Amino acid sequence: VATTTRRPPSRADLRRQRIEAAVNYPLDWLEERSGLIGGVRYFLFRKVPGDTNWMQTLGSASLTAFLVQAITGAILAMYYKPTPGDAYSSIQNITDQVFMGWLVRGMHRWGASVFIILMFLHMGRVFLFGAYKYPRELNWIVGVLILVMGMMEGFTGYLLPWDQTAYWATVVGINLNGTAPFLGPWLAQFLRGSQEIGADTLTRFYALHMLLIPGAIIGLIVLHLYLVIRLGVTSPPWSKDAAGMEPAETNGTGTLRPGLTRPVARGPLGNGPVGPGGGRD
Amino acid sequence: LNHEPMADQEDLHDEQHLPPPTLWPIGFAIGVAVLLVGLIINPLWIATIGGAIALVFGVLWARDATSELRGRPLVIEPERRDLVEAGAGEVGPPATAGGDAMPHPEPGERFPRSKFLEGSTLGLGALIGGVITVPVAGFAVLPAFLDQKRHRVDLGPIDALKEGQWYVATFTVDPAQGEVSRRTAFIRNNGTAAAGGKQVPSFTIISNRCAHLGCPVQANGPSGQILGLPTVKEKTKNGPVTFSPTVPAGFGCPCHGGQYDTEGNRTAGPPVRALDRYGFEIVDGRLILLSTYSVSHVDGSGAQAKIHKYKEVGPGEHVDGPEQLFYPLNPPHH
Repeated sequence: VATTTRRPPSRADLRRQRIEAAVNYPLDWLEERSGLIGGVRYFLFRKVPGDTNWMQTLGSASLTAFLVQAITGAILAMYYKPTPGDAYSSIQNITDQVFMGWLVRGMHRWGASVFIILMFLHMGRVFLFGAYKYPRELNWIVGVLILVMGMMEGFTGYLLPWDQTAYWATVVGINLNGTAPFLGPWLAQFLRGSQEIGADTLTRFYALHMLLIPGAIIGLIVLHLYLVIRLGVTSPPWSKDAAGMEPAETNGTGTLRPGLTRPVARGPLGNGPVGPGGGRD
Repeated sequence: LNHEPMADQEDLHDEQHLPPPTLWPIGFAIGVAVLLVGLIINPLWIATIGGAIALVFGVLWARDATSELRGRPLVIEPERRDLVEAGAGEVGPPATAGGDAMPHPEPGERFPRSKFLEGSTLGLGALIGGVITVPVAGFAVLPAFLDQKRHRVDLGPIDALKEGQWYVATFTVDPAQGEVSRRTAFIRNNGTAAAGGKQVPSFTIISNRCAHLGCPVQANGPSGQILGLPTVKEKTKNGPVTFSPTVPAGFGCPCHGGQYDTEGNRTAGPPVRALDRYGFEIVDGRLILLSTYSVSHVDGSGAQAKIHKYKEVGPGEHVDGPEQLFYPLNPPHH
């Protein structure tokens, strides 16, 4: 009915069209050359179960905490000096002299605990929702690796202020590793960089803390998110809806897999509900 | 961004989306170059001229680039091509109908070309990766284990240490490393002991590294000036050495409560063996500390002590009993 009467576009319509075109032009330019816009749109507007819970934001919260650590850490590295003679005084300088240094250091220091706590809460949520079950076991494993890497960040970062607490806590931590059977003594000596804690220990902890381990964490987070997007989000265990599936999307025939969490993937190679062809084929 | 992504995609592929050819960027670049040069040689005139050129050409370029958006498509002379290619006007076969780009391997062929390429790509990649990884990994791991220096620490003349008196000695093991190599030992001059038919000086030198997890053990008892005894200070080639007198009833660790008697035997708490000891020798009447060694336990005391020695191992490692089997191989140690 509406299509039969076609009035000429008004000036306001034309202006709106032009603004739209002007906004879309750079986005289309980028999309045509990279597909990034479509990718981001796919990521942001992918379908999730209607009854997802606030608890399911803990993963994003952990990611945010990690990003805060990465950014504040990179800025702290501009002032920190990883040598036995300068480390403590450079921390004092950051805290007392550099403009807002106390804030950035405080964010990094307290954010470290926040990151670990959020990862544990996220892990608890995944466990209690049963979201680690088929086909998401691999993502649980990746998540555990991220947690372990996060702990290693805590251990290596603790030494860097190079005060008495830092020094002796690291002595105990390294020797604790050293008591592991068979390879423990070798691991401890690798961590120390020699048979005694010294300048080499500080610099290698610094390199581990700000380059190697964060790099590994970033890689693991990318893998973690890829699997989240590929496999879709689980419903809470109390959900009565089919997870991630509108009734129409079951194609009239599909009875979903029974089970606590009703994974949305249809098989080992299946995509999520909005993956290529997922739910519509 | 509420338009349909799929429709968008089709649009993009249906029409040519190349920007129309334009010469304005060249003028714009010249203008920028003149501007930058002008900033150095004559900011007032040449830079202004350059800025003006850049501005004019930039505006022209922007007009060109956005002409499509502003609804006035640029009229471009269509490219003419009079030569007609062979097969012009015919519709090509669909991609699925043609033959394969690469011939299939003959049945029974064991090493087709594709296999060779696949193998050589992976093999070369692995080789390059290995060539890079091996030295880097070696650099990362091996220095911690190779060339571990032995230290000899000169603590000064033995006459300065009163016989029968305990001292808390602090000294620098490696002056090049500075304060971070400062160590503490508990030293008692035992006088002399018979060895090999003659009397030699005897010292009890106990490391303060707890045999639990390496915290610094303290003397349980008064130390320092309260005793009314002089603190001995020496200058040696290892830097300043301090001997602070103490009267310990034993040694205790502040971290997890490990307790030891004055011979370093464990009396309570989590440590798994006695405190380590320093080897020593007397050269020209001076006390020279050698490397540490581990001790399971000590029978007797002072000059008559029988020390059950073991190679130096880390804190928390058993040197005797069945648990020693957990540590069959220890890294090289001085």
